[in-house]
Amino acid sequence: MSTPILELDNLGKTFEADGHRVVALDGVSLTFNRGECHAIVGESGSGKTTIANLVLGLMPATSGSMRFNGVALPAERTKAHRRAIQLVQQNPLSALNPRRSVGASVRLPLDVHGIGVSRERGARVAGLLEEVGLEADYARRSPRGLSGGQRQRVAIARALACEPELIVLDEPTSALDVLVQARVLQLLQRLRQERGLTYLFITHDLAVVRAIATRVSVFQKGRLVETGPVESIFANPQSAYTRQLIGAIPVVTEEEAKIRNVIRAGTPTPLGTE
Amino acid sequence: MSEPGSPVIAKRSGSKAWQAYRSNPLSVAGLVIVAVIVFMAVFADYLTPFPEHVGPIGDFAAMNMGPSETYRLGTDTMGRDLFTRIIYGYQLSLIMAVVVLAIATPVGVIVGLVAGYKGGWTDYVLMRITDIFLAVPPLVLAMAIMGFLEPTLLNGMLAITAMWWPWYARLIYNVTRAEAQEGYVLAAETVGASTMHIIFREILPNCWPSILTKMTLDVGFVILMASSLSFLGLGVQPPTPDLGSMVAEGAKYMPDAWWLSVWPAIAILIIVLGFNLVGDGLREAFEAES
Repeated sequence: MSTPILELDNLGKTFEADGHRVVALDGVSLTFNRGECHAIVGESGSGKTTIANLVLGLMPATSGSMRFNGVALPAERTKAHRRAIQLVQQNPLSALNPRRSVGASVRLPLDVHGIGVSRERGARVAGLLEEVGLEADYARRSPRGLSGGQRQRVAIARALACEPELIVLDEPTSALDVLVQARVLQLLQRLRQERGLTYLFITHDLAVVRAIATRVSVFQKGRLVETGPVESIFANPQSAYTRQLIGAIPVVTEEEAKIRNVIRAGTPTPLGTE
Repeated sequence: MSEPGSPVIAKRSGSKAWQAYRSNPLSVAGLVIVAVIVFMAVFADYLTPFPEHVGPIGDFAAMNMGPSETYRLGTDTMGRDLFTRIIYGYQLSLIMAVVVLAIATPVGVIVGLVAGYKGGWTDYVLMRITDIFLAVPPLVLAMAIMGFLEPTLLNGMLAITAMWWPWYARLIYNVTRAEAQEGYVLAAETVGASTMHIIFREILPNCWPSILTKMTLDVGFVILMASSLSFLGLGVQPPTPDLGSMVAEGAKYMPDAWWLSVWPAIAILIIVLGFNLVGDGLREAFEAES
């Protein structure tokens, strides 16, 4: 179970702007295990988005290194790396091109990476849409007519099209309302179980962490504060900062606890689909 | 028959846009004006009783006549029917506008897309070149170019094209800079799509509303610019009927033979107004759509 998929070794990132030096990430060493949902939590400015950008190869690290499946990740990513590490963004409104159909957006990775034969890609797109709980004929629709939750499902389908090993989920549910959020989390949980995916789940919402994560790393001001399995962090937080974050979670009602259990199970579907 | 700036595009990307367009009477009026002018220009040969008046002929018995039964708008200094000269002038104006925009738009759009998406040195070099063109007053630049070249129709179009593309570069540069911040561009990048794909398949479709609106407005402005050049004697030469030259020629006979300048001037005003109304309507329609 605990084979490392991604290892960060003393990873650092410093930004320089107008003569100011801002240390966004300060020498972080961390291991992500295959098949886990590893949550990165912290307030804004804690360095969690910087980790996402570095892992995706969107910016070069200032210091340190990363290994993916035991092999060093180059600054200029190969096509294989781009395919293996995917992203689901926070804002589903912006993540889909309003002037391209849902099908075109989901098909793009298939064309880029030459996945499958050209004429069966349409069927593949339909399959991916069904896998995320949308009907196949959504392919023809414009994202403009879709709800936030539906758009996020399309974005997830697009990430899945690459057949990735690791998906960086950057606050994937924070723009959605609570019930839709629960359904999307449920979907993510199911996909992880069925496809053996690994998630790097960035969030500021510890309630979401408790619902879906297997492991948590807490960040503050670019430093790793503590890391461990989700139960032990919540049961026995070591740092004052983590205790403070946990204290900020709203008290859980019985209803919410029930939703959470459903998400954890990852099974469909007392929550239904939207 | 093609109607530039017709709502076909708006219709395709949602009836909401077409409804917004239709709801404004001024936009509809603009569309009617443009449709009538395009119709007259295309079927000029059939609409005039004097198609030969387009050429260098003279009927000195009929020169400088005011509006009458035979010559509805009067005749010019060579005795040619002004109405005929004006609809052929429209034909020429529209051809010029289409040719100028057909060259200036793609050049400017590609410069703007590449500079806006690539950034860095590419951005710096391309946009500074654009700025140099933008820094010179358009009419002065066109006049300078025409000063070097023979005053022919082709050179006139080249001069106007040379001063027109930078405006598209600047516009599309700004749109691209904004679009590049959108998540769908990041998504295409993380998926591994090529720069060509991102620029032309992802960003360009989102530039179409801006491009179409500007092109429609510009048909009027290109015609105005061409008329200004020929008014100054730098554009199309006689006997080709050109609205700008007609105003210039007729000005010598003001106010006695007022019809010589006044009708072509009104003709310019109507065509520029028509395309401006359509352009404004399109802009509002695209805003309503998004």
